[in-house]
Amino acid sequence: MSAEIHRVVDAVWRMESAKLISALTRVTGDIGLAEELAQDALVAALERWPESGVPDRPGAWLMATAKHRAVDAFRRAQLHERRTAELGRELRAQESAEPDWAAALDEVVEDDVLRLIFIACHPVLSREARVALTLRLVGGLTVDEIARAFLVAEPTVAQRIVRAKRTLTAARVPFEMPAGEQFTARLGSVLEVIYLIFNEGYAATAGEDWVRPALCREAMRLGRILAELTPGESEVHGLVALMEIQASRLPARVGPTGNPVLLPDQDRARWDRVLIGRGLAALDRAARTGGALGPYALQAAIGACHARAGSVEDTDWVRIAALYEALAQRSPSPVVELNRAVAVSRAYGPAAGLELVDALVGVPALRDYHLLPSVRGDLLLQLGRRDEARAEFERAASSTRNERERALLLTRAAECAASG
Amino acid sequence: MRYMVIVKANQDTENGVLPTEQELAEMGAFNEELVKAGVMLAGEGLHPSSAGARIRFDGEGGTTVVDGPFAETKELIAGFWILEVSSREEVLQWMRKAPFRNAELEVRQVFSPDDFGDALTPELRAQEERQRATAAAQHGA
Repeated sequence: MSAEIHRVVDAVWRMESAKLISALTRVTGDIGLAEELAQDALVAALERWPESGVPDRPGAWLMATAKHRAVDAFRRAQLHERRTAELGRELRAQESAEPDWAAALDEVVEDDVLRLIFIACHPVLSREARVALTLRLVGGLTVDEIARAFLVAEPTVAQRIVRAKRTLTAARVPFEMPAGEQFTARLGSVLEVIYLIFNEGYAATAGEDWVRPALCREAMRLGRILAELTPGESEVHGLVALMEIQASRLPARVGPTGNPVLLPDQDRARWDRVLIGRGLAALDRAARTGGALGPYALQAAIGACHARAGSVEDTDWVRIAALYEALAQRSPSPVVELNRAVAVSRAYGPAAGLELVDALVGVPALRDYHLLPSVRGDLLLQLGRRDEARAEFERAASSTRNERERALLLTRAAECAASG
Repeated sequence: MRYMVIVKANQDTENGVLPTEQELAEMGAFNEELVKAGVMLAGEGLHPSSAGARIRFDGEGGTTVVDGPFAETKELIAGFWILEVSSREEVLQWMRKAPFRNAELEVRQVFSPDDFGDALTPELRAQEERQRATAAAQHGA
């Protein structure tokens, strides 16, 4: 029975912890204390619910319990302060009145969770710390769950979170909504953290698995929460659209032996239509919300072209090439440029694509990037320049770290030689 | 993991009795809560079965269309949600909050061949370990 209660408490925690911690941070002004109080309430639930049964409103129960603990903690702190004052210095003329935390906690403040997200993704923290803190405080994941998701040791994550909270306290980061230009910059950091979590799930950098769908789902949940908190922000909808559309391909992205299956070879019947529908709706929302599409929405729009197409041949490559061009203008990068070259070659022929790729040869950022010679080899082959193509495939094979990919590239190189 | 929550039909839903303004407002608030928590993927209410139909396949390639309404009210459905949650308990806890009075909900997990299981749970870990073992075997390690 206790295991059953444990699962219920876990579920309630996942549903309520962000609201709980953010309200407690608002009244105590201390994110570390807020998390402790919320944890205390959770422990109380684990002790009490097996006997009393799960209350009808478990979220309200946790909040009420945390509220009592908060008031207790305040009184203890005050008592301690008074004793210290008696021992040493003079008693302060005016003892601070006990703030009405109980009443403050009853207030429902819509933006509390948003403030919590902004704090967890604060720029004073390292990226790793932001990711861990966001998953812990906003996502309600346990340290153990975060450690497993990122394949790092549990104490490492625990340390990261402790240090992050200390950094926030030391920097006196206030629990408030950033205003004006600050808001846009801080929102950018939030979007980056969410997309980092998503990408770690989508193309895992650690471990044997190519994808970790649970992390993708967690990032998508955070994105959806954020989209409801900031409905007027086009890029938030853009990021949600991008994640929904990319995640729609997860079922087709892994082959029978766990091998990666890239977009052109995917079985489109396996794409998740529910997520595609949601992605297209979110993209529509991004477009309606304001002005020119930002980088996330542009990438989502590219994904939408693939999602709408029945096959590689049916894809609107002209539109994709134009979207890559817009993306390259908004956030120029050699990788975007390489993708644009592929789209251009599909839309206008291999010669047009090769022209763009040639301009990238020698760019330092792409020096060890195996996709550059791989794409170039492919275009050369289409143009019948077999010897050059073979050299490019061999070069690509020598710079990839993925065994399966290396084998594939060497096969292609051999094919150039065989029929050339 | 994805769940379908099925709202069972009753006399009122089958008779096309529309919800009161208050019921609509309560359901709207509940749906908003689901959306704000990032768990609701879809949700719809259905017209009575009198506006629906059934298609029967006879096993020899033939089909027959039978128009509604259908008698066995308790077996019919009046609406559904599709939720993305991390556990069966989570969907149950969400649905305990739904603003129904006399009603019955049925909670069913949506099958997905590529569902790697419960988000970040021991089950997933076990599966990962199996996959890792397989991968190691394939690499000859």
